[in-house]
Amino acid sequence: MRKQLYNVGAILKGLSITFKFMFAKRPTIEYPSVKKQHAPRFHGLHELRRYADGKERCIGCELCSSACPANAITVIGAENSAEDRVSPGERHAARYEIDELRCIFCGMCEEACPTDAIVLTPRFEMADYRRGSFIYAKDRLLVPPEAGVGIAPDDRPNGIPSDLGRVADIKSTTDVDRGYGATHRGEILKTQRRGLAALRQAQDDTK
Amino acid sequence: MVPDWVVILIKSAILLLVVVTTFAYAMLAERKVLGWMQLRPGPNRVGPWGLLQPAADAAKLILKEDLTPRTADPLIYRLAPFISLLTAFSVYAIIPFGSSSSGTWAIGNVNAGILFLMAITSIGVYGITLGGWASGSKYPLLGSVRATAQMISYELGMSLSFIGVLILAGTTSLDGIVGAQAKWWFVAPQLVGFLVYVVTAVAETNRVPFDLVEAETELVAGFHTEYSGLRFGLFFIAEYVNMLTVSCIASLLFLGGWNAPFGLGAVPVPGVIWFVIKVACFMFFYMWLRATLPRFRYDRLMAFGWKVILPIATLNLIVTAIIVAFKG
Repeated sequence: MRKQLYNVGAILKGLSITFKFMFAKRPTIEYPSVKKQHAPRFHGLHELRRYADGKERCIGCELCSSACPANAITVIGAENSAEDRVSPGERHAARYEIDELRCIFCGMCEEACPTDAIVLTPRFEMADYRRGSFIYAKDRLLVPPEAGVGIAPDDRPNGIPSDLGRVADIKSTTDVDRGYGATHRGEILKTQRRGLAALRQAQDDTK
Repeated sequence: MVPDWVVILIKSAILLLVVVTTFAYAMLAERKVLGWMQLRPGPNRVGPWGLLQPAADAAKLILKEDLTPRTADPLIYRLAPFISLLTAFSVYAIIPFGSSSSGTWAIGNVNAGILFLMAITSIGVYGITLGGWASGSKYPLLGSVRATAQMISYELGMSLSFIGVLILAGTTSLDGIVGAQAKWWFVAPQLVGFLVYVVTAVAETNRVPFDLVEAETELVAGFHTEYSGLRFGLFFIAEYVNMLTVSCIASLLFLGGWNAPFGLGAVPVPGVIWFVIKVACFMFFYMWLRATLPRFRYDRLMAFGWKVILPIATLNLIVTAIIVAFKG
């Protein structure tokens, strides 16, 4: 009995904690209406890019397909003909399909691509009712000609694309700013390139 | 002049409406409070600030299929939720919400009010016990066995905490008890009794940390495992109405009922407002407990009831009786 009475203090302490929590700031992000800012290097839905003249970047080399650890990519290449130039080089992808249910969003296709044709965008809302609709073919992967050329991997936006809605104002919970902001991949790469260019310039100058 | 039965009928209808609405919003309030205490926003999708959530829940419950297990005793199985609900509601026949000098704030002013109260609330257990038993399934059966044991062990402590108040008030009429608290609320001289009451009231209504009867982690959903749709809803309503009842009793017996607190008697506020505030505070305390405490182990619950609550309540009663006897 003494032990049970002793616990009254613990109960009161517990009550005070829950009471304090009632007025604490809640970390909930009310998702459909408010969206969390994703990491700059977030890997979402793929996109097939174009050149400024509207030609497809993909040359149908299947390097992405062989790099894919999940075997999610199917590419069937075809020759370009003089009448029908799909891409600048000799070949293009006649079919390009990604099974987004198999995809693990590792981004190795992007790294393997010699022409920066396949890029992982930050879009992640792909939910659907049928499995079949997760096989994305060129009709959905390719940037529409009127939508420009697509985002270069190094220029991926730091934040949510404007078509995904309002960004949550998170300061404390996941430390998006502190954790991810410093590692914005595009920034780092640009800095590195700038540094390399400056180095070469300096070498040229000494010659 | 309107005949008495018409007045009572109208009052009953109004009261039923008030109690059911209170239930609906007590449920919403509980989900909100629980949410806040767990750093969640709580329901906020249906209507502004989630205020239409009860309506959505009610619609859902009504539209759900009403299942009766093959092994169940159909008559008792179907009857049990109504026993729970009926007893839960019928208590309000005698609970006064304001001073009855005007005679408008209660349906009936029963002399032996507190006895009636105890009798009726005890019958409520039958709903749970029979419901669990008649389900013809093992978890509900365990739940109903627990309900029976728990009720017996806690009803005693509760009754003893009532008697302390009765000795001080010298009447069993709820109206008289509140009247006797005009100067001092009984929570001051009966602090021990009040604490005993709070604990037993939680156990009596099967709420956390004494929700052994439902105990999701052990018994699926306890006595109402097999119930679905509206019948489950009735048990649900009964639970919340019982919460409201014990909150009302707490404020009537210990917290001065409709008497104004802290010498605020000069403030021109109807007594019923004070009463409602007190009841609301007690309801909040319930939710607060639920957000804080884990469930008791079953043997600890019984040990606590018999070895701690009962002796303390008895001691409190004896001391009160001696003091009252010697002071005259």
